[in-house]
Amino acid sequence: MWSEFFQPRDLASILPQLQLTVFACGILLMDFLLDRKHKYMNAVTALLGIAFSGYSVWALSDKQEHAFRGLLVVDPFFVFFSTVFLGAAAIVILMSVRYLEVEDELEGEYYALILFATVGMMFLASGVDLITLFIGLELMAISFYLLTGFLRRDRRSAEAAIKYFLLGTFSTGILIYGFSILYGISGSTSLYRVAEAVRMRGLNDPVVFLAMAAVAAGLFFKVAAVPFHQWAPDAYEGAPTPITAFISVGSKAASFALLLRIFLVSLGAVRPHWEVLLAVVAVATMTIGNLAAIGQTNIKRLLAYSSIGHVGYILLGLVSGNDTGRMGISIYIFAYAAMTLGAFAVVTGMRRNGAVGDTLDDMRGLIFRNPTAAVLMLVFLLSLTGIPPLVGFYGKWFIFLSLIETGHYYLAVFAALYVVVALYYYFRIVVMMFLQDAREPEKIEFSPGLVVTLGLTLLLTVLPGLYPEPLIQLAQFSILPYR
Amino acid sequence: MISPENILNWILFTPLAGAALVLLIPGERRNLIRLLSNVTMLAGFLVSLPLVGWFDKTNPGFQFTLSAEWIPSLGVRYELGIDGISFWLVLLTTLLGFLAVLSSWAFIQERVKEYYIMFLLLQTGMLGVFMALDLFLFYVFWEVMLVPMYFIIGIWGHERRLYAAIKFFLYTLFGSVLMLLGILGLYFFHAGVHQSGGVCPSVGVAGHTVAEVYTFSVPVYLDFARALPFEWQFWIFWAFFISFAIKVPMFPFHTWLPDAHTEAPTAGSVILAGVLLKMGSYGLMRFSLPMFPDAAIHAVPYVVGLSLIAIIYGALVCLMQKDMKKLIAYSSVSHMGFVTLGIFALNQAGLEGSLLQQINHGLSTGALFLIVGLLYERRHTREISEFGGLSTPMPMFAAIYLIISLASLGMPLLNGFVGEFVILVGTWQVNRMWAVMAAVGIILAAAYLLWLYQRVMFGEVTNPKNKTLKDINLREAMTLVPLVVLCFWIGVYPQPYFEAMRASIQQVVARVHGAAKPPAPVAAPVQTPAPPAAPAASEEAPATR
Repeated sequence: MWSEFFQPRDLASILPQLQLTVFACGILLMDFLLDRKHKYMNAVTALLGIAFSGYSVWALSDKQEHAFRGLLVVDPFFVFFSTVFLGAAAIVILMSVRYLEVEDELEGEYYALILFATVGMMFLASGVDLITLFIGLELMAISFYLLTGFLRRDRRSAEAAIKYFLLGTFSTGILIYGFSILYGISGSTSLYRVAEAVRMRGLNDPVVFLAMAAVAAGLFFKVAAVPFHQWAPDAYEGAPTPITAFISVGSKAASFALLLRIFLVSLGAVRPHWEVLLAVVAVATMTIGNLAAIGQTNIKRLLAYSSIGHVGYILLGLVSGNDTGRMGISIYIFAYAAMTLGAFAVVTGMRRNGAVGDTLDDMRGLIFRNPTAAVLMLVFLLSLTGIPPLVGFYGKWFIFLSLIETGHYYLAVFAALYVVVALYYYFRIVVMMFLQDAREPEKIEFSPGLVVTLGLTLLLTVLPGLYPEPLIQLAQFSILPYR
Repeated sequence: MISPENILNWILFTPLAGAALVLLIPGERRNLIRLLSNVTMLAGFLVSLPLVGWFDKTNPGFQFTLSAEWIPSLGVRYELGIDGISFWLVLLTTLLGFLAVLSSWAFIQERVKEYYIMFLLLQTGMLGVFMALDLFLFYVFWEVMLVPMYFIIGIWGHERRLYAAIKFFLYTLFGSVLMLLGILGLYFFHAGVHQSGGVCPSVGVAGHTVAEVYTFSVPVYLDFARALPFEWQFWIFWAFFISFAIKVPMFPFHTWLPDAHTEAPTAGSVILAGVLLKMGSYGLMRFSLPMFPDAAIHAVPYVVGLSLIAIIYGALVCLMQKDMKKLIAYSSVSHMGFVTLGIFALNQAGLEGSLLQQINHGLSTGALFLIVGLLYERRHTREISEFGGLSTPMPMFAAIYLIISLASLGMPLLNGFVGEFVILVGTWQVNRMWAVMAAVGIILAAAYLLWLYQRVMFGEVTNPKNKTLKDINLREAMTLVPLVVLCFWIGVYPQPYFEAMRASIQQVVARVHGAAKPPAPVAAPVQTPAPPAAPAASEEAPATR
């Protein structure tokens, strides 16, 4: 029986996750042997693990097959999202090395937890079974609770971790309640079986509606959509800045992978219900995210609210629900990852000995103190706003086009006008960086890891903007399972 | 080398190449940066001059076209070309860009390198807007150009520069996102007609290849869009219109203008008034009228009403100003009212006069901003009450300023007269009442400009600070004299200017009034078209997804 279950082919299909796990465990052991000077080896090991895992993902890129008797699937959707997760993890690790030295928190667990969180995300993208998905979700979430509170001596960090943990477990409870109802109506945890049962029960079944509402509420929490968004600004502000970036990009992308799988596969039959629900939530999310961002004085909080706004746009891609919309979601998530990581990398660089550097005021006169960083931040912020020809523009482009194609004209106008609001609060940072004089004249140097990070994110923001053809092909590839 | 096939690339990329070179020069070598930027802008102007010789006045279509693939799966192409409408605006841009940069030599003393890089980037963006023949490319240039202008106002502007800069950016962006939706709407309708196997007005029986289904080509949409049913024309027309009306700016959307123009540094104001405003009126002539003629005709009463309000209200506000620069800024509202009035007369004279008036406004208002800039550099104030009797210490300056003022207020033998007169002729043919009301604006223009001149230049020198003011130097004269010469040239012999634009404008008028209007798209694009996706649509695009 065991030999039937553990086929080598199955193991091959989770090889990327296995490799990450092995390296993460390796880091935990290795950490004991390293003295303070050589703690950076933890980061190197983690990057090595990501490289191996990335290679394995690439080797799986032409496959479309189920594994472990239908517990998970290897398909282009998984490959696309895994690439985003691994890229984000690598960039976050590069950002972290100097940051941890400054914070004097050199424990190797940090990198191990990043890898474990990545494993969880990858299972979220590959799972087609409620149990697999739930385990992936918990693995990711628990890693993030720990990482958020990693700065033990910082009260903000501890507060953020507690808030994130309490609200997170609460929402997980709601989600698992929805899962249990889905199991109840189908007698199976397979997403496909659930889909069949939902279709049989039809649109007007109250039980299906209840399950959908519970699942949606849990998922809205994970992606930080209104009205379940309040944890995000606090968690973003308190967490170590690289982790904020990782929560903002990795956790969000993974939760969207989960959300897409569940809504498109299992709940596809009740689309009329959730389309309205998602439209309302998307509009509320854009409104609250964008309007609340205006008044923020802390950049991490500002970016938190702006990321809530971006969630609204991504949800709209699901509302329109055609191929253009789904491609728009893929492109948007890719673009969002690149430009958000870049923006957080600049914020990370502002953390120096004796300066926290995460308020709007700290950006004052950055153009005089580190011109390159200021110009790069400008590029990232313009891309976040959606100014062409940068990658962020194409995400919005596809979402708007899909809304027009499906006749959601009002939503399109609404979404487009929030671009103007977004420009306003992003440019509050630009005003500080470029148009105000620096209080302290001394230069700010960025560490080598950050320079590499910024270089990578800049390339990923500018190149697909100037020539988006490969990105569009990639997005078409990623939605193959849903065509 | 430069040939009719690649001249537009040369014009577009010369400033960009200059910006790249300036980037490499260390920031301390300020004179080298200034020199290189001026040389680049001069070169940019010189490479645009061959257009004058090569331009075919009898051809109403696009000339010097360039085309290359950019994003195949979306159907986006890198397509440039100019016709009689954009021809003059391109030349105006290259000339004013050079003069504006020349005028900044002494005024800009801080962050010199960044300033010139921004200006060179701005120049490329503006030229791109006038030359793009692909709606996507047009939109990219339209947005990109906002960023350098934001910094030019925000960094080198006057006291309230932060407010003015962000206001400028937000207003324009508000319009542009609506235009983006309009572009997407057109794109979607066009793809729908092709996918349902209907008859496309631009190419006859609709084709199914990706290149035919997905396109942003302006020539295609010029034929396609005007055959759309009225309801769609109506919505897309207003989506475009708001964007252009903010840029012009038309009456209820004009409030960004006095702030931006007043707070910007001199060169920024020159470019704002001289070129940026023309993008709005260019958009109306290039897109709004020929693409959505039914909606445009429907909109005439509203737009004309707003134009008349702008003409008179702008002029009245000018009379109240205490700040010279603000006065000139508001005069733009009034003058651009004439431009939009001429455009929406929807006849040959109205459009020709309007285009000429756009050039005139660029020359004379640009020159007025240079003049205010000269005074500001000497006295660091723009208050009218601080001046008086300046013609005694600055006789040369007084002469040039007088000519420019007269040109701006429409004195015969100077350029403003020709433009306004032809616009009034065009308007008179449509509705005499409108022409009469617009003529009031000319009288008011004479009042506020001459009164300003009187207060600043005539009388005794009351303020002792003004006694020792230096007259204009050679560099300053170099910036103003070409504009004065052009004002006279257009005023005395405007024929070549009208000739070059005639054929293209005739075509616009013909399109508006339905000459040879193509049949409406046969299959109403109600079905959802396939995604703009190459693999699925390569052979035959499916009608549904």
